Amino acid sequence: MSDTNNVLVEVENLKKHFSKGKDMRGRDTSLLKAVDGVSFQIRKGETFGLVGESGSGKSTVGRCLLRLYDYTDGEVRFAGQPLGGLGEKQLKPFRRRIQSIFQDPYSSLNPSLNVLELISEPMKIHGLHRGSERKEAVLELLTKVGLKPEHLYRYPHEFSGGQRQRISIARALSVRPEFVVCDEPISALDVSIQAQVVNMLEDLQAEFGLTYLFIAHDLSMVRHISDRIGVMYGGRLVEVAESDELYDNPLHPYTKALLSSILETDPRKAGERIALDGFSVSRGEGEAAPLREVSPGHYVAYDFTE
Amino acid sequence: MTQRLLTVDNLKVSFAAREGENQAVRGVSFHIDAGETLGIVGESGSGKSVTAKAIMSLIAPPGRITSGEITLGGTSLTGLSEKEWRRLRGNRIAMVFQDPMTSLNPVKTIGQQLTEVIRRHRGLKKDAAYAEAAELLRQVGIRDPEQRLKQYPHEFSGGMRQRVMIAMALSCKPELLLADEPTTALDATIQAQILDLFKDLKANTQTAVALITHDLGVVAQVCTRVIVMYGGLIMEEGTVEDIFYRPQHPYTIGLLRSLPKRGGGSRERLVPIEGTPPDLLNPPPGCPFMERCPHAHARCASLPPVTELAPGHRTMCWLAVEQQEKAAAGSEGGNAE
Repeated sequence: MSDTNNVLVEVENLKKHFSKGKDMRGRDTSLLKAVDGVSFQIRKGETFGLVGESGSGKSTVGRCLLRLYDYTDGEVRFAGQPLGGLGEKQLKPFRRRIQSIFQDPYSSLNPSLNVLELISEPMKIHGLHRGSERKEAVLELLTKVGLKPEHLYRYPHEFSGGQRQRISIARALSVRPEFVVCDEPISALDVSIQAQVVNMLEDLQAEFGLTYLFIAHDLSMVRHISDRIGVMYGGRLVEVAESDELYDNPLHPYTKALLSSILETDPRKAGERIALDGFSVSRGEGEAAPLREVSPGHYVAYDFTE
Repeated sequence: MTQRLLTVDNLKVSFAAREGENQAVRGVSFHIDAGETLGIVGESGSGKSVTAKAIMSLIAPPGRITSGEITLGGTSLTGLSEKEWRRLRGNRIAMVFQDPMTSLNPVKTIGQQLTEVIRRHRGLKKDAAYAEAAELLRQVGIRDPEQRLKQYPHEFSGGMRQRVMIAMALSCKPELLLADEPTTALDATIQAQILDLFKDLKANTQTAVALITHDLGVVAQVCTRVIVMYGGLIMEEGTVEDIFYRPQHPYTIGLLRSLPKRGGGSRERLVPIEGTPPDLLNPPPGCPFMERCPHAHARCASLPPVTELAPGHRTMCWLAVEQQEKAAAGSEGGNAE
């Protein structure tokens, strides 16, 4: 993949295996290969979408990028620096530069902290905006995410799901990150609120020059927000392409089946659905086909010779 | 012509809270015809699930039905005893819930749970009930049903469990099936399979389905008629074509516009509905959508009446009222000349 100087995040042959059981000597008896050899790059300022079904490993990839998990094998480089071997102390500056927004706005905010404390906590940890400046900075962020100054001393339970997600976003942005991992940030929200949050994420991206990894299963929203999209299946990346290219010209049979399951919001257009029976790339079975570039920027892991 | 199966008239449900009454449903009237699939759309807190639970008489304290009349096939359902309800529930009216992970008993086999319903309501003997249960599983697309009947819920995936729930709901050939977000917890590919099941149901049986969802894609693909709920009231009602091609209510229009467009120019900015839904503890006296509505004006401070735009296409909005007033004034003027 070309364009190396523009790359912010580089994932190379990432593997994360979980132990499903151990024998009496403490050796793993069986492994769950949640992520099994995934490579992709995210360029500065772009939104990279990651789609797949539950269990495909997309959230695990996100968590590995945040170093919430130590990975089994492979490497993640952020701005050229490998993160895998770093200790917690060396990692701290990267913890500031890489932030996250999670799916559930109900469980991802500490219920005993008010909005001011929630948003200023990351600033405190990373030593940004000392003294009275800090409150100013929080207020400025609040207005950026569409909340009001009077919300400053309220607690999470006083807010709706959409507002809580706005607080999570303000909290993530409080330390001026460069890269934000958004793990299903809108799935828990109502349709009328989803569009508000998506628009806000796009505005903030333009303003702060953010790079996003956008993990979701809502295929039409992913297409809307992403520049490029990777499709995951069984812990592997089966196809990567520009988002319009992927939706207009899917090559991998799984991508085709997945896209055919999008429900048209138009009663006259009943899509032809492709069934998913007898699928070839199953988890952990033999060697999967590697990603190959079939047209500029369009990669697919599928052997078309059959 | 089609037969009225269920009518709901001016249903009101409220939940007692410390701060007062939470009026979840504030006067809802609609009907379901035999064999049709009705979509009930709305966001969380719009009262769609509470409406379904009220139909099943599953509202538990602190909630209660404060007014309204529900009839099924001409007989009133309000004021039935719990004993009479037990004969009805699962038999003439069945329900499928959102979460297939928690709605099956984990310590009983699928067979035990399926045959329990069949034996209770249809009075079959054990062997006959098991044969019938296997047939039901086959109908909902589960392979090797005899083996599957001996398994426990944890041996089934989410999509398979939802199929079991649907098989169970259909086991007594109900006249009405209430499905509360049956595909929300499922993956896109599995969701499409379950929806195909509902389409088959529509084509092959006389069972009427009320499909509660917040996903407009589901509605467009499966339903024949739609009710759009907001703030405990029905904002608009019509056929799928009415709602998707001729929406009148600003809320319906807003919902449709907030979805990403398919096709070219996918980075086009979304058009969200600004603001948040109303607080139902202290609901506004007028139109619940007033605060977020781009067309709100002075009249919206009082509750608009329901206007019929075309046969079966009803909306609750002052704009429609004003349009009809204008049309009426125009035609009167024409007559006078």
